[in-house]
Amino acid sequence: MRESKLWTWHILSAVVIVVLLGAHMGTMHLGGLLERLGVGSGDPVDWARVLHRSRQTGYMATYITLLGAGLFHGLYGLRSLFLELSLPKRAERAVGGVLAVAGIALFIYGSYVAVALVRGSGV
Amino acid sequence: MSNAATGDRAILKTVTFEVLRYNPSGGATPHLETYRVPVTKGMTVLDGLTWIKEHKDPTLSWRSSCRMGVCGSCGMFINGLPRLACNNQILNLHSDRIVVKPLPNYDLIRDLVPDLGDLFRKHRTVEPYLIRKDPGEQDRPTGEFFQSRQELFSYLQFAYCIKCGLCLSACPTVATSEDYAGPQALAAGWRYLSDSRDEGDQERKAALYGSHGVYRCHFAGACSQVCPKGVDPALAIQMAKRQAFLQGLGLGKPRKAGGVIPPSEERRPAGEIPQAPPKTVVPGSG
Repeated sequence: MRESKLWTWHILSAVVIVVLLGAHMGTMHLGGLLERLGVGSGDPVDWARVLHRSRQTGYMATYITLLGAGLFHGLYGLRSLFLELSLPKRAERAVGGVLAVAGIALFIYGSYVAVALVRGSGV
Repeated sequence: MSNAATGDRAILKTVTFEVLRYNPSGGATPHLETYRVPVTKGMTVLDGLTWIKEHKDPTLSWRSSCRMGVCGSCGMFINGLPRLACNNQILNLHSDRIVVKPLPNYDLIRDLVPDLGDLFRKHRTVEPYLIRKDPGEQDRPTGEFFQSRQELFSYLQFAYCIKCGLCLSACPTVATSEDYAGPQALAAGWRYLSDSRDEGDQERKAALYGSHGVYRCHFAGACSQVCPKGVDPALAIQMAKRQAFLQGLGLGKPRKAGGVIPPSEERRPAGEIPQAPPKTVVPGSG
């Protein structure tokens, strides 16, 4: 059933967000601790380092995955809010459609930026 | 009630009942009216209302029947919580001020009488009865549907629902979304989905797993907190979500309904069945 599939993706995207956001928080805000553990590599927000990371394919894939998971999770939550307004069925479908189109558009745009950075044409 | 509530027992104290009154034909808006009620040991809120009706205002209206927490008729909003008026003793509320209002999240018919039509309409959508692929067996049974003790206990608590509607009145999602199926219907749906004798997964899918089914639950847990029978509708909703999630990932166990056990003499109760007592009233004698 459609709602069950959406819910399943909602849960899976939450897991992806927790893992990737955890990695992001660790990299960006626990630099000192990582240095002490011998796995850190300098200031994570140093411009050269940011650029270096952005141009790695692995990081690009991670960014795109996090973008997709975040967009889906957030927009599904927004759709849930609209569904609780007891809108007419047509309005519910319209809201779902608009959010889906917005999500796809934002995903394409965000992915384009990540890919462009890897190719070096975005900076 | 004068004797039952106060006549033969010592009056321990007098409390103030603030009761919401509303008469749609009178044109008045809902308002609280105050009554002083003498309280004796063991007196319930329902007894207090009956005392008011007998001694102060015969027009006070509410719904009640069994007076023992079984029928689920006397659900009211008592001192800020949905409760059954019959199984809440006034002294146990530890207050000299008892505020009684009709259940929230329902339309109001009169005084303390909510319109429970929505509760039963939603309850019907989950088809709350055994659905089998062999309807002939249900119409003309050749035996009993097999169910182990363990299978019985997997859904038993959900079968204790008395349809009092307290869970819907406590649910924050029902308060904001009138289309939401609500904890009562969803727990009833899960009660049958988890019954090993049932095969109605497809028939209940739309109601349980539709856009206003289990996925709209915020898991506030208020439904389980107020249930007077100890049913945990929030658990039922989470179990239904879990089952759908696991099935979606292909991890759910395939469900197969229990078969039919033919009647056996060996399984009949041993010993003689005692005779029914003689009739106390002979037909036609009165």
